[in-house]
Order: sequence, then structure tokens, then C-alpha cells
Amino acid sequence: MDDIDRKIINALQGGFPISEQPYAEAAAKLGLDEATLISRVRALLAEGTLSRFGPLYDAERLGGAVTLAAMAVPDAHFDAICELVNDHPEVAHNYAREHALNMWFVVAAESRERIDAVLDAIEAETGCDVFDMPKEETFFLALRLQA
Amino acid sequence: MTDLDATDHAIVLATQAGLPLCARPYHAVGEEIGVSGEEVMERMQAMRARGAIRRLGAVPNHYAIGVQANAMSVWDVDDARVSALGAVVGALEGVSHCYRRPRHLPDWRYNFFAMVHGRERAQAQAQAEEIAAILGDACRAHDLLFSTRILKKTGLRLVAD
Repeated sequence: MDDIDRKIINALQGGFPISEQPYAEAAAKLGLDEATLISRVRALLAEGTLSRFGPLYDAERLGGAVTLAAMAVPDAHFDAICELVNDHPEVAHNYAREHALNMWFVVAAESRERIDAVLDAIEAETGCDVFDMPKEETFFLALRLQA
Repeated sequence: MTDLDATDHAIVLATQAGLPLCARPYHAVGEEIGVSGEEVMERMQAMRARGAIRRLGAVPNHYAIGVQANAMSVWDVDDARVSALGAVVGALEGVSHCYRRPRHLPDWRYNFFAMVHGRERAQAQAQAEEIAAILGDACRAHDLLFSTRILKKTGLRLVAD
């Protein structure tokens, strides 16, 4: 990652144009040309520095439902239970965390009913209690990371 | 997803993994789903205006750009004050995913969540101290849950019909 890559990552974490030639427009603001910006983004994606380049959709505003769920998973069965949880396509993210509740995952689906069904299935498959923690109020502005 | 018409749905499916990397990406999306580039742009502008597109651009991998200490800070905050204080915490630079969530007593006492990030744990801890100062005596207890492993990260995906 060089200074140009850093400039791209820091400047383009939001506000990418919706226009005829958006890469040309965004590149001009950064003092680059269109072809350079496109090839840089392609390389940053290929090496995994960017996990995605494009729109970040809000599942709830699209009419779907999301929740955060947590479980206390016994260490001896952690990997097997992780596999059971991750096998559900509705599980979007899953993180191991340092706490008695040591597995935290986000479930997104087209409806709250579908989420309930997925959480019930995970409880039945794993034998672990699932703590369902849907958001009740949102406070944050979009985060911009500094590369 | 119930609120989307067929064209919006097709646009979400065609772009959720990323925009095409070509000079006229919205026209490329239109070609793929059988509408004009202008219609794709109009609809995406509308989705952005109503918040269905939360952000458009580069999504960095925290770990790849050196932000390796990511913690979920969790707080037991007085119910009567959590909404007003949450708005202050949510506006802090560097805080993301700041929400009020339900308690599960007696196992889980925390009702307020904010992600904090840093290159090292000390930076994330310093952010948590900033939050503690804002919450003051409205907060009865808190904890920091550092992530130790990403077990899955596919992003939110619509399943194609």
C-alpha cells in the first residue's frame, strides 16, 4: 500500500458518484486519471485490502430484518458449533470474542419471522441458548477508517 | 425483501458484491439486468436518498489496513438517560455500530453497544474511556469484548430468487 492507495482508501469510503463516468469524476478529485483509479481499486480488492467496492445496503431499509445474536459455546465444541452456525446463509458475520458469551453473529433475513426460525434452528442444532439482541435504537454516523 | 420492486431487487443483486470496475459501471449493471444505465442511476440515487444505500465506495478490511484491535464495548446505562447519551457517543469520531439493545437478565446486563477500533488495544481502550466519561454516573457497569477471530464475513446478501 503506497500513498496513492492510502489516498484512495481514505477519500472513497463514501460519496462515490452515481454518474455517467464515476471513476473519472472521483479520480479527478484525487489528482488521478480514470484508468489509474480503476486499476488501483482492482489491485486493492485482489490483495484483500478492500473487502468490497460499491454500495453498502441497509437490510432493514430494503424491507428485511437483522439481529445480533450471542451464545456461550463450550471450548471443546467451538469449531463444530461454529460450522453449524455458519452453514446458515442468513448468518452474515460471525466473530469470536473474549467473554462467557464467546460467539457473536449477525443474522439478516427477509422478515423477523425468518430470523426467529433461524435462531430456533441454531438452538436446536447446537444445544446452546441463543441471546437475541435486535437493535432498539441507532446512534452512530458512518465510520471512516484511516489507512 | 418486501419493499423492493423487481428492478430495485435486480439492482441490489447485481451490485451487492461490488460495482463493475469499468468506465461506465452503472451502464454495465443496466446491460446485465436489461434496463438503461440512466434508470440504474436514478434508482440508486433514490435508494441512497432514502437510506437503503447506507454508503457507496470503498469498504476496507480493518485488519488489512492495520486496524487490528476491534472491540465491542458494552454498557449498562440508566434506561431513562440512554437515548440522550447515546446520541453523544454515536457522534464520536471513530465509534461505529452504536445501538441500544435489550438486556437478558441475569446473564446479560448491558443495554448499550458501541464498536471501538485501534491499531493496538490501548487505542480501543482509550476510546472506551472517552465513552465512559460521557456516560458518567448513568453507567453502572461496562465491558470490552475484543474480537479474537473472524469466523464469517460475507456481508448482508440477498439470496437470489
